[in-house]
Amino acid sequence: MREIHIKQIAILLSLFILLIASIFIALSVGEISFSLVELIDIISSESGIEYTIISKIRYPRVVLGIAVGGALSLSGVILQGIYRNPLVEPYTLGISGGASLGVAVTIIFNLNMILGVYALPLSGFIGAVITTFLVYILAVRKSYFNINKMLLIGVMVSFMSSSSMMFLMSTTTAENLHSIVFWIMGSLDEPNISLIKIVFYTSISGLIITYLFANPLNALRLGESKAKHLGVNTTFIIRSLFVIASILTGISVSVSGVIGFVGLIIPHLLRLIIGSDYRVLLLASFLGGSIFIIASDVIARTIISPNELPIGVITGMIGGIVFISIMSKSKFNAQ
Amino acid sequence: MAGFLRIKDLKSGYSNNLVIKGVDIEIVEGSFSGIIGPNGSGKTTLFKSITGEISISEGDILLNDIDLTKMSAKQKAQKIAIVTQNTEASDILVEDYVLMGRYPYKSTFQLFENNSDFELATKFMKLTGVFKLKDKHMNELSGGEQQLVAIAKALTQEPELLLLDEPTSHLDISHQMQILNLIQQLNDDYNLTVLMIIHDLNLASEYCDYLVMMDNGKVFVNGSPEEVLNYTNIEKVYNAVVLTQENRLTKKPSILLVSNRTLNSLK
Repeated sequence: MREIHIKQIAILLSLFILLIASIFIALSVGEISFSLVELIDIISSESGIEYTIISKIRYPRVVLGIAVGGALSLSGVILQGIYRNPLVEPYTLGISGGASLGVAVTIIFNLNMILGVYALPLSGFIGAVITTFLVYILAVRKSYFNINKMLLIGVMVSFMSSSSMMFLMSTTTAENLHSIVFWIMGSLDEPNISLIKIVFYTSISGLIITYLFANPLNALRLGESKAKHLGVNTTFIIRSLFVIASILTGISVSVSGVIGFVGLIIPHLLRLIIGSDYRVLLLASFLGGSIFIIASDVIARTIISPNELPIGVITGMIGGIVFISIMSKSKFNAQ
Repeated sequence: MAGFLRIKDLKSGYSNNLVIKGVDIEIVEGSFSGIIGPNGSGKTTLFKSITGEISISEGDILLNDIDLTKMSAKQKAQKIAIVTQNTEASDILVEDYVLMGRYPYKSTFQLFENNSDFELATKFMKLTGVFKLKDKHMNELSGGEQQLVAIAKALTQEPELLLLDEPTSHLDISHQMQILNLIQQLNDDYNLTVLMIIHDLNLASEYCDYLVMMDNGKVFVNGSPEEVLNYTNIEKVYNAVVLTQENRLTKKPSILLVSNRTLNSLK
């Protein structure tokens, strides 16, 4: 076995162990904290207020954290791979802008009276799908397909949805404004278990399906034209991966709001550590994203307890600092 | 002898811009052929039509009597490999780069290469002399080394036809000859059919046994280097003043450039 493979396997194993550790920490730490022994006792007893706290409050957050962190990070690594651009992340392409716009429209026009608890997630997802579709249609006109054009259109659509958001926010009531801002800030606090399940299964399926594209993604590292010479149907591959990345982002944003930086920081960090072989990087990014979000959520819940900080504050601050410090020490190569 | 690669009345190009305006070429199996011609004469577009990067408006391209447009992208990549002017330097490892050549043989569900893939990659890395570089990143190599790795990757595709698009354009003469000697050796030892776009007419004359001179999207003249590389053809197609003479050693044409100042001083 090659030296590099041993290193990659070791890193993947460490990430698995870290994920399990972060799950245990997230379940034990909070306003009331338990030791590991106490935690195992509580879980095995299956009763009492402690058990309710863990199973009804902390456990769903952890599952959502795994799903959302994994999905956003995976989406980031896919998009950076197909655009071969290190600055692309799920939110660059207007997906989150569209989702936010959908939610804002629902809150302002009171559509949640009709749709109930699914109103915000559904409108967020529809908003994300519409913007993605718009980017796709505008960039893929006729048979001529240009990846850079698609990126620019994505950025433009993102700006347009931000402006529309600002317009809506500036004309609505203070109460609506509060709801919108609160949703935009992002949180893993989601009371609806079936929604969490949907996000979790979509996220895991996304990871599995993306693995069918791992080799084409590797071939794309040589550039689009060289990938074609190897028999990669680049147009089909890029389109499919774009759709997968959009669904992953859309579903995450619609349930947990806009949690920034994960899709940018985690894939980069892991590229630095593990290299850019997508057969390893896809799983590593998913695990890394899950760990990062679970850990950030623990900090967001506890740092000013009993109050809770928006998780986006933590991901941005900590992620940014860690990322800059690692990057400034290493030889950086984006692709 | 029937052509191995047959291009019949080919017309192709980009939307509203026909670059190849009716080209007929026959390449014999096992030959080392060169395509020459000025910039914009359609050489690279011809290659793109063969590899399927641009679609053909009219005409046929047949490889061993099989229509290339009827093949899937992967089938085509098993038969035709291409080495271009420059290899994009990336952080990919040399061995992984060469292993990419096995992509056309992998099914969608095969994630990793098998032992025979590794054996082939090793064989061709040794043949091209880059085996010692296998654990380096592509962006750590010199231009000449990168081209050798690109050739190793192309060979790992086990192609029947090797296309080379100006493989030596920004290399010094030592590296130019290293690459072309290697390709000549592959052509001799493996009977690999080689079709190469090359700007340097002296290299074309020395290494190729058949030349196609293109001009304005059409074949201007084709044949042996002696038939193609004469003063009249070069003057007409390149609009350049040259002196052609016979290489004493190889008996092939050798082309010497004449500058305007020299030309004027002769008046």
